[in-house]
Amino acid sequence: MEMDWLLLAEVSLAGLGTGGLYALTALAFVIIYKATRVVNLAIGEILMLGAYAFFGLAAGWALPWWVAALGALAVAGVFGAVVERTIIRPMLGESPISVFMVTVGLGSMLVGVVELIWTADPHRLPEFMPNTPILIGDAFLAPKIGYGFMVAAAVIAVFVLLFRFWRGGVALRATASDQAAAYSVGINVPGVFSLAWIVACMVAAGAGILVGSIGGISSTMGVFGLSVLVVVIVGGLDSVPGALVAGLLVGLVEALAGAYLGGEFKLLATFSLLVAVLMVHPYGLFGTREIERL
Amino acid sequence: MTAAPILEVTNIEVIYKKTIQVLRGLSLAVPKGEIVALLGSNGAGKSTTLKAVSNLLSLENGAVSAGSIRFAGTDVSTLRPHELVRSGLFHVMEGRRIFEDLTVDENLVAATYARTGSAAARFDLVYEYFPNLHTRRGVRAGYLSGGEQQMLAIGRALVAEPQLILLDEPSLGLSPKLVEEIFTIIARINAEQRVSMLLVEQNAAIAFAVANYGYIMESGRIVIDGPVERLTRDQDVREFYLGLGGEGGARSYRDIKHYKRRKRWLS
Repeated sequence: MEMDWLLLAEVSLAGLGTGGLYALTALAFVIIYKATRVVNLAIGEILMLGAYAFFGLAAGWALPWWVAALGALAVAGVFGAVVERTIIRPMLGESPISVFMVTVGLGSMLVGVVELIWTADPHRLPEFMPNTPILIGDAFLAPKIGYGFMVAAAVIAVFVLLFRFWRGGVALRATASDQAAAYSVGINVPGVFSLAWIVACMVAAGAGILVGSIGGISSTMGVFGLSVLVVVIVGGLDSVPGALVAGLLVGLVEALAGAYLGGEFKLLATFSLLVAVLMVHPYGLFGTREIERL
Repeated sequence: MTAAPILEVTNIEVIYKKTIQVLRGLSLAVPKGEIVALLGSNGAGKSTTLKAVSNLLSLENGAVSAGSIRFAGTDVSTLRPHELVRSGLFHVMEGRRIFEDLTVDENLVAATYARTGSAAARFDLVYEYFPNLHTRRGVRAGYLSGGEQQMLAIGRALVAEPQLILLDEPSLGLSPKLVEEIFTIIARINAEQRVSMLLVEQNAAIAFAVANYGYIMESGRIVIDGPVERLTRDQDVREFYLGLGGEGGARSYRDIKHYKRRKRWLS
């Protein structure tokens, strides 16, 4: 059989494009995990909340798209602050499973709230990205995926630099490593927690706007979070570079499996990848290994 | 004790989980610029005393239910833990509690949250006291030896430039040689940086070697205190804490009198 290289290139590009959005959402997950050691399963629903907030402001209130986008980020930030303060912080010191279950419940509640306000019907977000097709060589890339990828890449780059060079990155990691010790060196631990939730929810909401503008929004778009869970486990729960690499990898594998094996093989392919990685690297590709002292 | 003490603990009681009383009317004071040793056996409440002072009790469901703790004239309960650190009270916790996933340098960077001004000169100071750490500055702290980790823990305190350091068992798990090395530096820091210290120890001999004043606690209260010169001459202290037989020579554990005297202490 003749290999269609152009198709392969286009499928790969689309896969990497989606992978960028996975990576961005995974970043939101990683920020919360890094600072608070909370596995936040509501990340897909927070992404949905961001997309619906954008929809409400841009379509419902007819605001210009960039005002609506900033508004949606602000809504998500406030949401993150409130959730952290009222739900997560009182759970400090409880078993990780309890906190994890609380985030599952939080996700269900968000779906309910969105369906109450906007019904369960799918909607389309207002168009705001240029729609001249992007050509890389001869390969065609859907403009929304291309621009979505660029935004995601830029945001991730900013965070990689922040974690490396900003003192706050050290505070975040110190807090994650040992809360009491973080207090003892003068770090405002509750402040770090709040900040992590606010920033992560804003990042997730931004990803939601991008994802929604590509595929439309619905109250089930939170399942996007499921693929993101695979991404963060593959990349390592607490690793920003891991989120980036694994995001692209999962996006690519999913697209290739979808194009060459059929849509029903997408999940099989990603979860096979997950199993394969975990067998070789139990902490994910870039996750922190616990240091055991003997 | 002529000048006003930097730390004044008056009749505090501490209760964990609202049921378990650990401290019963404990009082102590740390004069400015001095090292005060707080000794006692396991479970006497030494670490709890330090956590009460640094306001970290709430992390372990503990609370000060009576009495007062004043640091440099301020009631510590009015400050949150990180604010207290920034006001000049640094707690080097038991078991070193360095950030294992961070490098040596990043551990020191984390400690800059304890201060407001620039910390560059303090980093140099830390590496001057602990040249070992300088050669390993890029290494993840979890891979340091126990002694190096203790040095890093003290180094973080130096970065903070505090007025008072609470040191919780710096000798824990270290070889005698390292213990001596670390205590030599502790004494130097006290003399050169004029930092007051409250030192919790099980190793009474080494604590008395650097301290000016000592408190000995049992079951949540102070049972004896005094200048170190007097404590080292005290018969009971020599026997129970310094491991020196009263009349010289090994004692038999069957010596019933020993238990009687010990019991009197505990009650």
